[in-house]
Amino acid sequence: MGKMENVVKSENRRDFLKVSGAGVGGLALGFSLQLGPKIAQAATTHSPNAWIKIGTDNTVTIMVARSEMGQDVYTSMPMLVAEELNVDLNKVKVEFAPPAEVYINALLGGQLTGGSTSVRDAWEKLRKAGASARMMLVAAAADNWGVDASKCSAANSMVKGPGGKKAKYGDLAEKAATMEVPKEVPLKPKSEWKYIGNVKQARLDTKAKVNGTAGFGIDTRVPGMLYAAVWMPPQTMGAKVESYDDSRAKNMPGVKAIVQYSRGVAVVADSYWTAKKAKDMLKVKYDGGPNAGKDMGQVWEELELGAVEPGITFREAGNYDEGIAKAQKTVTAEYRLPFKSHSPMEPQNTMADVRGDKAIIITPTQFQQIIPHVVSGAIGLKPEQIEVHTTFLGGGFGRRVETDYAIDAAEISKAVGAPVQMIWSREDDMMHDSYSPGGIYKLEAGLDSGGKIAAMRYKATSPSISAVLFPSLVKDGIDPFAVEGIDNFPYATPDMKFTYQLTDVGIRPGYWRAVSHNNNAPALESFIDECAHAAGQDPIDYRISQLDMDTSGAKKHAWSGLSAGVPVGARMKKVLEEVRKKSKWGKKMPAGQGQGVAVMEGYNTVIAVVTEVTVDSSNNVTLDKIISVVDAGQLVHPDQALAQMQSCFVYGQCVGLYNEITITDGATDQDNFDTYRIARINEVPKVMDIHFVPSDGSFVGGLGEPGTAVIVPALANAVFAATGKRVREFPLTPERIAQA
Amino acid sequence: MKISFRLNGKRTSVDVAPDTPLLWVVRDTLGMTGTKFGCGKALCGACTVHLNGMAVRSCQTQVGSVAGQKVTTIEGLGGNHKVQRAWMALDVPQCGYCQSGQQMQAAALLANNRNPNDQDIDAWMSGNICRCGTYPRIRAAIKAAAKMS
Repeated sequence: MGKMENVVKSENRRDFLKVSGAGVGGLALGFSLQLGPKIAQAATTHSPNAWIKIGTDNTVTIMVARSEMGQDVYTSMPMLVAEELNVDLNKVKVEFAPPAEVYINALLGGQLTGGSTSVRDAWEKLRKAGASARMMLVAAAADNWGVDASKCSAANSMVKGPGGKKAKYGDLAEKAATMEVPKEVPLKPKSEWKYIGNVKQARLDTKAKVNGTAGFGIDTRVPGMLYAAVWMPPQTMGAKVESYDDSRAKNMPGVKAIVQYSRGVAVVADSYWTAKKAKDMLKVKYDGGPNAGKDMGQVWEELELGAVEPGITFREAGNYDEGIAKAQKTVTAEYRLPFKSHSPMEPQNTMADVRGDKAIIITPTQFQQIIPHVVSGAIGLKPEQIEVHTTFLGGGFGRRVETDYAIDAAEISKAVGAPVQMIWSREDDMMHDSYSPGGIYKLEAGLDSGGKIAAMRYKATSPSISAVLFPSLVKDGIDPFAVEGIDNFPYATPDMKFTYQLTDVGIRPGYWRAVSHNNNAPALESFIDECAHAAGQDPIDYRISQLDMDTSGAKKHAWSGLSAGVPVGARMKKVLEEVRKKSKWGKKMPAGQGQGVAVMEGYNTVIAVVTEVTVDSSNNVTLDKIISVVDAGQLVHPDQALAQMQSCFVYGQCVGLYNEITITDGATDQDNFDTYRIARINEVPKVMDIHFVPSDGSFVGGLGEPGTAVIVPALANAVFAATGKRVREFPLTPERIAQA
Repeated sequence: MKISFRLNGKRTSVDVAPDTPLLWVVRDTLGMTGTKFGCGKALCGACTVHLNGMAVRSCQTQVGSVAGQKVTTIEGLGGNHKVQRAWMALDVPQCGYCQSGQQMQAAALLANNRNPNDQDIDAWMSGNICRCGTYPRIRAAIKAAAKMS
């Protein structure tokens, strides 16, 4: 798969992402800026391009067109602009950009935050935007002074010319916006960078997040706003309300209206608590839909049925059947990965004000651009009549790529004719999530006389997220977001056949931090460990000796749209060798303790990780230590690159040890943090020793996701080292370890 | 029913049902949105405030029960509290949603224990979930704050 293509406007979400082959790419400098629907623009600012506004008072505002959900785009993206614009980053204002084509993420084909692409996509684009604007400001000054632009320079929001001439950006901005956009925009060499790679740069949003003033979706307040609490049928998908009795609820003081909307019943009141209390008094009859009655036994049966199918090949080399027939030894294993909930700390919510021919949607979203299109059909307005504002997001992790909650709020607001903030309870959020899909992974390897993997079979069976959300991405039965982390299999195996079997099981699937890396990395890297043990070889040596070191660029991975796309053997060798040293790999450990290793490339970042665990006599796993070496290319904001790795490892600890959604009667058994376990401060390791490989500055890798997946097999391999038990079903609970 | 209490040092009166959680009174009735809703069941700590200096979960604290008492929210921590200074120095927050609760919990810890060790921090802070996993920095920031005056 190449780029995920251009966004085509459509009322129908299923057709939204159109596969066209042409990325958006390049600079889209717009002068008479149509920044989407009616953006409040102060009359005194001028925009050399869509990312920069300069006020006559010399204030510089940088537009951030990705959603800030913890991953630092609020700082790292302005760093790129400021680097070339030559302004003091710590004095700039930052605004979240409205939906507009100019802000499309060329790696994803939409104005969408995900896939660890924000900085990757922005890397050249935003530096060029800053440089281009600076050149236009210089050109304006030069023109004013009647001198050649080459005689002028720009620094600290000021252009200086010959003979001590000076002009502030604020005084030049109006004219600069009319200057010709430079065609050649040279960028500073690494040696001149002031912000990029600066280890001391602080986050620009920390203060607001520390003093409680950062505006999350749930903090939205508009005049006359009412609050909605909602009742939804418990099934994760396909259920419908038939009728409801609101005779008690509607008489509660403060209740303004009770309305049915597409997927539930909303109680609208003058406070959230009143709405919630009244909602609890509703008596609702519903049709549970096609998934009512379904439990996990059936879900796994359906996946098992899928797993006996031959599957559709997504990667092949040599002749697997011949290869396996020649093998000296075979290793087979089946791994099972669970369904998981995102559960960001901020439950889903949206403020919608739908009145007459206009709608305002203020929402914590990862996909602002699609909202006017999906909301328009639900409320009978045109997309251009719908104005969308993005807030800070209290976590995203992929959940807020979905727009269901914005549509719901818009329907409710339209029904009552007033601004309404719909807030989900934690139970609503966990039971109506879109879940990281589980799956069955069957692997078989034929080892040659030296123990190396000569033939390899990989059979993935799982529901497809894209088939539900963006069906056009699924080509010939392959969902690119189901084969991430395995399409880029990094070992030089001569005979291989890898297949995927799309199997829907009636649990609503959703993109989830690191997506299918979370399934494929645990299966593959546990299996490589099993092969190493079968071959009697050290797991790190075993991996290094079989890496595909091809550098010709000819071996392209067909489906890994967001990965490096080609073998990265040399980078993997380096991080494995480094982590072997840093972790004191192979050191003597007391009984019940062990080290486990795993390596993975995802989003063009290569990570090796060693975990150290203790497994007690009741099979409880304690994660004692994480040692990791990361090659993410150039780090734009090094301290926050580290923060993302810390974050990924804690999130991945939850994947490896705790997170599991199960269903009964089509509804989740988990509905809050007492039944869905999240790592606590006392459970995360006190040692996280994370090292980054130095870079020449030529590229940036994605950091928001890959660490989440790679730590999972490292945990399983450490549990094996500690106990001799190979657990192939995740998460690694005491019960599963006991049974292994 | 009118209920009066001291909020961030100021005498405050509200006219709401006494069983309303303090969380929703400060957020909706009083318009102070720094205190966050996370789980509604005292399982995550996002809504932590101080009641007479003790850290409590405001989602499980009925406003009727705080009549005549002292309530402090993140807005009342002042912005320059040593916990907040340490949080800023270490860039602790990622998404930031849980951090009001984390800091209120940490401020109460330091008020009780001037020099907490790792075990003290584990015991005191384990009721506060951070889904972004900022725990290593929370731990470091508490230790840094303990050294501040």
